[in-house]
Amino acid sequence: MANKNVSVWTSIPFWRRSAAWVTGFAVMLLIWLSFDTLGQISMGTDADLKAGVTKRVPGATVINYHIDYKYNAKRGSEVPVIGEKQKFFGRDDYSEEEAGALLHLGKLTSQSKNCMNCHTLLGNGAYFAPDLTKSWLDPAWQNGGPLQGMTGKTTVEEAMAEFLQHPSQYPTHARMMPDLGITADEAKGLVAFLKHMSSIDTNGFPRNFSKTVDTFKAGGTHAR
Amino acid sequence: MLASIKTNHLTNEGQKLGMMYFRVAIILFGAQLLLGLVAAIQFLAPGFLFEIIDFSVARMVHINALVVWMLYAMIGASYWMLTDETEHDGVHIGLGKLAFWILTAAVTVVVLVYLIVQVGAGTEASIWLIHEGREYIEAPRWADIGIVVVVLIFYWNMFATYMKGKQTGIMTVMIADLLALAGLYLTGMFFTDNISMDQFWWWWVIHLWVEATWEVFVGVLAAYALIKLIGAKREIVEMWLWIEVLMLFGSGVLGLGHHYFWIGTPEYWWEIGALFSALEPVPLVAMFVHVLYDWGKQQGAAKERGEAGSVIVNGPAMTWIVLNAFGNFLGAGIWGFFHTLPQVNIYTHGTQFTAAHGHLSFFGAYATILIGMIYIGVQGAYGVKRMKATFNSKMGVFLTAFGVMGMTIALTIAGYEQVLVERAELGATWNAFFVAQELPWYIQGQLWRAIMGVVTLAGFIYLTVDLLTIGKKAQADEAAQAA
Repeated sequence: MANKNVSVWTSIPFWRRSAAWVTGFAVMLLIWLSFDTLGQISMGTDADLKAGVTKRVPGATVINYHIDYKYNAKRGSEVPVIGEKQKFFGRDDYSEEEAGALLHLGKLTSQSKNCMNCHTLLGNGAYFAPDLTKSWLDPAWQNGGPLQGMTGKTTVEEAMAEFLQHPSQYPTHARMMPDLGITADEAKGLVAFLKHMSSIDTNGFPRNFSKTVDTFKAGGTHAR
Repeated sequence: MLASIKTNHLTNEGQKLGMMYFRVAIILFGAQLLLGLVAAIQFLAPGFLFEIIDFSVARMVHINALVVWMLYAMIGASYWMLTDETEHDGVHIGLGKLAFWILTAAVTVVVLVYLIVQVGAGTEASIWLIHEGREYIEAPRWADIGIVVVVLIFYWNMFATYMKGKQTGIMTVMIADLLALAGLYLTGMFFTDNISMDQFWWWWVIHLWVEATWEVFVGVLAAYALIKLIGAKREIVEMWLWIEVLMLFGSGVLGLGHHYFWIGTPEYWWEIGALFSALEPVPLVAMFVHVLYDWGKQQGAAKERGEAGSVIVNGPAMTWIVLNAFGNFLGAGIWGFFHTLPQVNIYTHGTQFTAAHGHLSFFGAYATILIGMIYIGVQGAYGVKRMKATFNSKMGVFLTAFGVMGMTIALTIAGYEQVLVERAELGATWNAFFVAQELPWYIQGQLWRAIMGVVTLAGFIYLTVDLLTIGKKAQADEAAQAA
């Protein structure tokens, strides 16, 4: 092998150079795309929301608004729709600072309570408990839904906050959420975090979520 | 392996330090399996250890022990190869030993805090002191900083020795790869309120580790192992290594896009992620072919020289490395490709299907080759020329591989059931989730997963016993032959 290589295909320097070029190109492309993506997923502002500017990740004051998840024919998937003002724990005038503080507390609590090692968030995490991506919009939490009814509360946010503080008081299945010592403030923050997450444009994940009420009304599944 | 702590044939400190890392790796591997079993039982009997060791705690320890034991074994293998490849005694290995003890003490504290403290209040202090609540990289911030310091010492050992010693192609790839691997950890060390931004950077660590830099590291280990175990030609092995780097980074770096389908990131990642991650299995096929081809070639050459018997000098190590070549392709390649296209992934993302892929790929791609490296370490520590597989080696490899494959199949079946009913039919709500979790076929899948988990644990016990005893046995055999 000390002789000159007969072919480039068996030449180590050729493959070494190729490896360096291909890796370098892939990394440069990744960095370039990342810059574009980071711009697109940076959080919007209150001004954006007031002006009706659609952001992939809206600002924290999105908690002042009604959020829906509807089929969009142009996108070919369901997308979050931010609607009229809606009261959240009795108010719909949270300032950018107040809403930001709630979201901050909620995100911190979601990490310190280790939500992600049972639930999935944006589909990532563990598979022991339901996905939380659009949990704010889940029919079970709405008026007439079993989870809201169970807590005796009359709004989604109050029902969720009550459940989070005393999960083992409200068993729905043999598999229960443990009591994690979540305080009233932390629960409020968590619900703000969940409401905010439901407003993120996830390219239609989870699919068919908005059809689920009709499906259940029609008898659900016959798989048993 | 225990005897190798005091009396061994290792004369250089780098390899001694490598053995220290290997020992802790095996202990953490055991912890991973035990806590995994707890979590598996909780799927079937949710009351098991409820509010004592909840699923979230068991799983956190399960996946953290996994990541940490693999990093330990990787660091151990790096130290093992370092002095051998560079033909240099190593620069500042004493400092590396100090770093080992600091890291091991820190890991012990972190695990105890996970198990005893479990959760904290929603404050920055919890993130700094208890855990960060981010899957796979849960280590609290204080430990993150400690890890960075230890890794800097480790990298200094590697880099300085490499610069002073012989610079082989294998070591060049390793030094470059370790720099990327260590640097990527930094992208996971910050807090943000924006969950999309959080997961964007989180995947830089997770994906660019397990589907890029760790895979290249496996290529490095396989190259070294083939030279050591069957006497493969360095020129050929190193050329293959560069081709593997080309293909692994060429597909794996942008394959990152397959994690950006649904976390708030733009739609163009569908095409980028689909294309490049679909190419990810290609290098894994190449690695499989390479290992088997070299083996056949070396055996054939030996036969032509008129030598009887196998060219393999370490039976169990070679078994694990061939298993790696196959398992990497099957677990990471096939099981990954199953659900990497967005058209499929919109239904499978975040189901037991993902868990099935996770189990087989971590085992096939990493556990196997790292165990192989530990066997190479044991052979060196006992100073034996030839190490044949014992009954325990065979039981260890068979039961572990059979158990993990069984878990994977069980989870895949449970996953199919979940995907079709929860995702396709019912739309992924709270109600849909629980309907799917209660399907008889789903529960059956979970039951088989738990049974196969026990089989895996039994395999691990055989493996550990073998690692502790095989060296002595091989020594005795050699002495008997010489007599």
